[in-house]
Amino acid sequence: MADIRVENLHKSFGDFVAVKESNFTVADGEFFVMLGPSGCGKTTTLRMIAGLELPTSGAIHLAGEDVTFKRASARDIAFVFQLFALYPHMNVRKNISYPLENQGVPRSETRTRVEEAARILRITHLLDRSVSGLSSGDRQRVALGRAIVREPLAFMMDEPLGALDSELREVMIGELRALHDRLGATTIYVTHDQTEAMAMADKIAVMNRGSIEQFASPQEIYDRPASMFVADFIGDPAMNLIPFQAGLEVGQAHVRIAGAEIAVPTIREGVAETHLALGARPEHVALVDDGGLRGEVYGTEYLGTHQVVTVATYEGHVRAIVEAERSVRVGANVGLTFRPERLSLFDRGSGRAVSTDWSLGGPHHG
Amino acid sequence: MTTAAHSVVEPSPRSKAIAGTLVILYAVISMIPLVWIGMTALKTPSDAIAYPPKIIFTPSMAGFCDLFTTQSRQTEDYIKTLPPPTDTCDEITRSRGLVTAGPSNFLPRFFNSFIIAFGSTFLAVALGTLAAYGFSRFKVPMADDLLFFILSTRMMPPIAVAIPIYLMYRELGLSDTHLGMILLYTAVNVSLAVWLMKGFIDEIPREYEEAAMIDGYTRLQAFRKVVLPQAATGIAATAIFCLIFAWNEYAFAVLLTSGSAQTAPPFIPIIIGEGGQDWPAVAAGTTLFLIPIVVFTVLLRKHLLRGITFGAVRK
Repeated sequence: MADIRVENLHKSFGDFVAVKESNFTVADGEFFVMLGPSGCGKTTTLRMIAGLELPTSGAIHLAGEDVTFKRASARDIAFVFQLFALYPHMNVRKNISYPLENQGVPRSETRTRVEEAARILRITHLLDRSVSGLSSGDRQRVALGRAIVREPLAFMMDEPLGALDSELREVMIGELRALHDRLGATTIYVTHDQTEAMAMADKIAVMNRGSIEQFASPQEIYDRPASMFVADFIGDPAMNLIPFQAGLEVGQAHVRIAGAEIAVPTIREGVAETHLALGARPEHVALVDDGGLRGEVYGTEYLGTHQVVTVATYEGHVRAIVEAERSVRVGANVGLTFRPERLSLFDRGSGRAVSTDWSLGGPHHG
Repeated sequence: MTTAAHSVVEPSPRSKAIAGTLVILYAVISMIPLVWIGMTALKTPSDAIAYPPKIIFTPSMAGFCDLFTTQSRQTEDYIKTLPPPTDTCDEITRSRGLVTAGPSNFLPRFFNSFIIAFGSTFLAVALGTLAAYGFSRFKVPMADDLLFFILSTRMMPPIAVAIPIYLMYRELGLSDTHLGMILLYTAVNVSLAVWLMKGFIDEIPREYEEAAMIDGYTRLQAFRKVVLPQAATGIAATAIFCLIFAWNEYAFAVLLTSGSAQTAPPFIPIIIGEGGQDWPAVAAGTTLFLIPIVVFTVLLRKHLLRGITFGAVRK
């Protein structure tokens, strides 16, 4: 088991910068998720850590050892691929034992370890089957088996659930997390799916265009997005970002948008008059008959436990989550109020969050 | 449902029948020359040139006897003084006023064809696979230009380079040697092998090797144990194409071989010149010449069929 430290990691392909000066540390035993849209550099980062790609500059430390330019085979890392990469010409047992074959593990020990891995993943009955006849869920279990049988320093997983259908994916999310809790191995997991990230991660790095936008726990990322990109990327429906123009002063606790006075967490940094955005999670927006930010109901999505109401305001569409029982008429004139202590403010120019009591860790830290 | 639904995918029985007839007709027409050769091989020299052609005839081994032996014409009196014939060939030969003088060069020539065709196929496929792997997996500077250059070696007819190659081979002492012919056919085939194999290897996801390399194998081990087994289909298809070329090649063989390294294709027509136009012997040589390639293709035909269509459809 090992911690992984990445320092100023940089990778460019010609003119294209895939990963920009990345820095982060994954603690021993942590389940770390790199989350971001395709092309954000998350897979490239993972491949550099695994040794499948060489960085342009920077360093990678695995369990304290600098492995930046070490061959993949010398790093003692297991890798699970999106398309499983099971060897089609070998059966399940052979696939799982293949990494051990090369390490000169005695045959009897190989057998025990393969069977133990198969037992953990509940694929014992498949051991002598050919991989070509397996369902995608079972294939992924075999791929995981091939990874865990080695007892490596760390696991790398590149969208391992990407090829599974949504139902199976939910099952596998649970299994993967349970597997991690059981093995306690440092894991780096790459995905573009926020549900997977939120459900499994101890720490998430949200990446965009080669840079890490935010590195924090899932709660932190959801509650206090460090940038507009994170705010928009995480959450379904996404955070409302209501544009307005103003200057902010330290100590100020309200903003004015389209004539409505909206209470916000106490501002902790002065901002000269500029383009800003108010970030509000739909569950922190409420519909009122009088007052608030006025708008007209544009549409409703009934989702059983709740409904998502989209309200067209002069500042754009704002979505609110309201209780399922409430009847909301399309076209009705409504007001929007916000839960003051949970709002975020962003500078639309830089995209960064403005420091407030909330963004700095809640009102009590102020 | 009372009436059979019209299927969009399944052709109607009528069109199936028409298509079937056409295919069979085409197959029959294509087979006629082969059947003709096979029949001629079993005719006597006089039956072979009979007009109108004899469809029904008494089979004779004369063609095969002439192919494998050399004969000399002798007087009947001389033949009578000889001890009785030792085998059927002797008998047939003597009945035509000839005596068997010794074995012909056909077997050694056939053997030459074997060594040269299989040797060059092996080399071309091995080199082609390695080169294709390199082009497929690594960033090769000017890869497209190099690939085009490799292909361009096949663009001119062999005759265009015949004289320089002839002179080069004479200088290097490679004329009429097995090595020379193997190198030449390898050089011609390797371009085909690189292009075919690149297509096949591109289709093999690189995750397989990456998985193996992460599991502690070197790239070469990963190539051997993970890529090669999956490229088997492509290798088989490529080998057949290379073998067919090397086996059938005539122009360079005529030009560069005359004796010890002569292959079967330039040898077979020479039979015509020995003792008149001996069509059964030529046909017998051709028939035997066809067999190895047919056997090889039949053995690998599953791979060949998959090989030709492999990669044609994106999954």
